Amino acid sequence: MVTLNHYLVLSAILFSIGTAGVFVRRNLITILLSIEIMLNAVNLTFVAFGRALASADGQIIVFFVMTVAAAEAAVGLAIVISLFRHRESLNPESFASLKW
Amino acid sequence: MGSEAISFYLFGAIAIGASLLVIAQRNPVYSVLLLIASFGALSGLYVLLDAPFVAVIQIIVYAGAIMVLFLFVVMLLNAPHEDTEHDERVHPLLRPGPMRFGAFLALVLAGELWWALGRGGDTGAFPGGAVSSVRVIGRSLFTDYAFPFEVTSVLILVAMVGAVVLAKRDNPRDRRDRGGL
Amino acid sequence: MTALLIAQILLTLFVFIALLHSAAAMVWVERRVAALLQQRRGPTRVGWQGLLQPFADVIKLMFKEELRPRAADPLLFALAPIISATAAFSAFAVVPFGASTTFFGLLDQPLKLQVSDVNVAVLVIFAIASMGVYGIVLAGWSSNSKYSLLGGLRSSAQMISYELSYGLALASVLLIGNTLSLTDLVNGQSGVWFGFIPRWFLFLQPFGFLIFMTAGIAETNRAPFDFPEAEQELVAGYHTEYSSMSFAMFFLAEYINMVTVSAVATDLYLGGWHGPWLPESLGWIWFLLKVAALLFFYVWMRWTLPRYRYDQLMAFGWKVLLPASVINLLVTAAGVLYFGL
Repeated sequence: MVTLNHYLVLSAILFSIGTAGVFVRRNLITILLSIEIMLNAVNLTFVAFGRALASADGQIIVFFVMTVAAAEAAVGLAIVISLFRHRESLNPESFASLKW
Repeated sequence: MGSEAISFYLFGAIAIGASLLVIAQRNPVYSVLLLIASFGALSGLYVLLDAPFVAVIQIIVYAGAIMVLFLFVVMLLNAPHEDTEHDERVHPLLRPGPMRFGAFLALVLAGELWWALGRGGDTGAFPGGAVSSVRVIGRSLFTDYAFPFEVTSVLILVAMVGAVVLAKRDNPRDRRDRGGL
Repeated sequence: MTALLIAQILLTLFVFIALLHSAAAMVWVERRVAALLQQRRGPTRVGWQGLLQPFADVIKLMFKEELRPRAADPLLFALAPIISATAAFSAFAVVPFGASTTFFGLLDQPLKLQVSDVNVAVLVIFAIASMGVYGIVLAGWSSNSKYSLLGGLRSSAQMISYELSYGLALASVLLIGNTLSLTDLVNGQSGVWFGFIPRWFLFLQPFGFLIFMTAGIAETNRAPFDFPEAEQELVAGYHTEYSSMSFAMFFLAEYINMVTVSAVATDLYLGGWHGPWLPESLGWIWFLLKVAALLFFYVWMRWTLPRYRYDQLMAFGWKVLLPASVINLLVTAAGVLYFGL
């Protein structure tokens, strides 16, 4: 019997995995991927609650979250490209100093 | 166990397993492909939650467009594997600095979430009956949520312009004229 | 219940085998039609009229050596043709090709001639088409060769650019048909106007049909949009380094994508399996005839038109086809509102 709790726990686990990815990995692209994992976990929570409350609002908010995630991925990757062109490295620690 | 429970555990296991591998892989191309697998599993979960529209949109937008963008960037940058300053033989997740702080923080987060969910009490099973069809979503999107809908279209336009401007190569002629600014 | 289940499983197998045979038939059709268009005769020796030529080709390909460049990524190199072929076959799973039938009373309930009937069938086809891009991108990347990488990236950029016009042409049909299920869209095209003009969406959406077919040709990487894989341009693009059965899988995927696009266009614009003079249960014959006509159109295009250069191709997709499909959508929306369809 799969209850709402099951979905919430799964979403919490996915969110934690995404957070761990952002903190642990030293590669800009993998950090962006971990952010996408977090956004997906949140989407799952929204859809699960939408189903539990028998409302279409959950799915509509997911629609908007996906749009924002797409826009953020595009701009984030453009930033990564321009950073890479400057320093030839994808390690966030290469960009630690304020001097450009 | 009913078929719904089996499907849930199967998709859940694939989603968690693929996400763990995403953050554990050295090669960014493999990370992107594993994330696509995770999105596929999530799409299956959306179907289980009576949200076929969101499931298909997840495949079209996330797995079909955003991940292609990631893949293009990884391939065009010829993204090097993890940083070469540290010792290459030690796996990224096992290095001392990030491991101690980051993994600990993630465990704390997971623990807090588990505790918060446990306190909420048993939320019980889902109510019966299908929730919504595409028609209902469409109607709601264009009436109640019309303003956010239009704002997201402007947001996408801004993101497009921003991405083009940020990723453009500087014209060397201009740079020479303006003294390197 | 079990009779229906067995019938369903047999239908799935039948669709799979029929797709394989259709790819084989397309090989023969392409070579004969190409030959006739070029005023020569094409394969005529292997079997009657050269009909066994595709099987001879398959046997030859099976006996070739399977190569893998040393610097190629082994997992991705093997995975890419699998992704391409799988996406191509899966897309056909939601395409209906006939009315519900009881097979002359053998079954209690009618069986839909569609492997799976989803409410959102149109979107599923679109989603699986976007998955097909990965086979090409991974083939280009994993081969670790200049021609492959360029061909793979160009080909996938082309596919995702033309997906937009594809989707917008689809959306215009959805406005008229008022449903996302392909079966209901086809059933909305039954009947005739004035006694002899069938109610096909083609007559309501002529430009939409042209946009859909053009985007479909670009999606499947066929001429005149096949710059990324043309022999004279990039050796063979993303499948340069592939041989034997992997190469066969890419070709299979391309032909089955063609069949799927033609089948979807038939369902959306040409009335699916509805046609005069035949009872509903034999409607699949009309379906086959219409799909065959569209496939002939595909082959005819390839051997008549010169190829677009890559920048011309991308400019056409973004600057001509996309605005045209948006205008088509707006005009359709205005028409639906005005005529109250």
